[in-house]
Amino acid sequence: MTLDFNHIQAAHCENGVTTSLLRHAGVQQITEPLAFGIGAGLFFVYIPFFKINNGPVIAFRTLPGLIFNRTCKALDIPVVRKKFYSKEAAEKFLSERLAEGHPVGCQVGVYYLPYFPKEYRFHFNAHNIIVFGTEDGNYQVSDPVMEGTNILSPYELERVRFAKGALAPKGQLYYPKEQKPVTDEQIKRGIISGIKKNARNMLMPGPITGINGIRFTGKRIKKWRDNLGPKEAGLYLAQLVRMQEEIGTGGGGFRYIYGAFLQEAHPYTKQDELLEIAQTFTESGDLWRTAAVHAAGIYKGRLGSQADFNTMGDYLLEVAEIEKKAFTALINIKWH
Amino acid sequence: MKKEEVPQDMSALGKITKEVCYATDEKGKYTTQLSNGWDVKITALDKAWEEIEDRVKTARQKVLNEEASPLLFFMEKGLMDIKLLAEYTGFWQWQVKRHLKPEVFKSLSDKRLQKYAEVFNVSVDDLQNMNFNDA
Repeated sequence: MTLDFNHIQAAHCENGVTTSLLRHAGVQQITEPLAFGIGAGLFFVYIPFFKINNGPVIAFRTLPGLIFNRTCKALDIPVVRKKFYSKEAAEKFLSERLAEGHPVGCQVGVYYLPYFPKEYRFHFNAHNIIVFGTEDGNYQVSDPVMEGTNILSPYELERVRFAKGALAPKGQLYYPKEQKPVTDEQIKRGIISGIKKNARNMLMPGPITGINGIRFTGKRIKKWRDNLGPKEAGLYLAQLVRMQEEIGTGGGGFRYIYGAFLQEAHPYTKQDELLEIAQTFTESGDLWRTAAVHAAGIYKGRLGSQADFNTMGDYLLEVAEIEKKAFTALINIKWH
Repeated sequence: MKKEEVPQDMSALGKITKEVCYATDEKGKYTTQLSNGWDVKITALDKAWEEIEDRVKTARQKVLNEEASPLLFFMEKGLMDIKLLAEYTGFWQWQVKRHLKPEVFKSLSDKRLQKYAEVFNVSVDDLQNMNFNDA
């Protein structure tokens, strides 16, 4: 049994799941950039003293699950979200929803995800897919980062839904509770609240998050060579680049998607300054990528002097200035 | 990033699916563009795997020297640590630690070996003999 469901490819999994599920629920206007922006998805955090996959803990977006929740809430759409202790209960609940005609978003781990290339199968548990039907006893799956849809056997699906480790999904699933169209006025209000929230998060006073976090990381990078040794410092930079550019960010650590969001926000809000600020995010995304090219020079072994690490750190300090300007401009908008 | 500057360097993912990138057209307006991959991130990923392969190699040698049981090899190969392996198998961490000793591993029941084999996607025979088919 297959539901009437359109697979939409997106840059990022949670944006994509949110977009597809909301379209299915009748929100015709929704796009990936709108979902990301209304959900206030842009962020930065560097958590020192902890490691993940033997590298630094760095994120360019908000915590998993928040984009879907915030976007639905902003658009006044009730959400069902559920975790399970028992694998049987998790599968039963999923089958019942499919029988009712609900495509369902599932949080999964990618380690055992069979259609992913093995080079990408780390123990990363915050991936999102949609299950939208069954076929010969298998599940039909729409994974937003893939061009087409995929099939998972019940065993394969259970395995990724009950992946273990950090952020273990525990069978978590979610979907909009009801079908309902949304007005352009609601989208506009969602956009405004999303921008305000995102600007507040990025300008927050704490030392390791938002603009301050980018600046902090820039300063730390300059010390990595001495503190970690050239080899591990290179690995750290490689991890930074992966978090910034690997499948899902749309390029430049989500900065380009955010620029696209501000452009799409313009017709709803008629605030001309958004177009100019969108360009600032393009500039910032470009600079993140220039920094990534420089980092690659280091982990490929072409560069590696202290001066090269200083240059790398300075790129981030420069990014912080640009983004501070952009978010300050966003928070100061007089909405009409 | 301009649309025509979106890199098209073939990556492991690119062979299976292209990925969506956001880029600007000649008027600065955002649009999406599919990409096969980007050399900068391909090498970043390679770097991470080189490090893992180093650890796997060290683990293999320890097993051959009878300093550890084959579990160590599969654990490193599977990017796991004792905590994660314990969660996947349902054993306690102290049990996994014991099973990492060659003499304890040799005395494990088939049922327990089977649990490890399932987690590592190998047969019990391969588990005991440190055989791993990379395909």
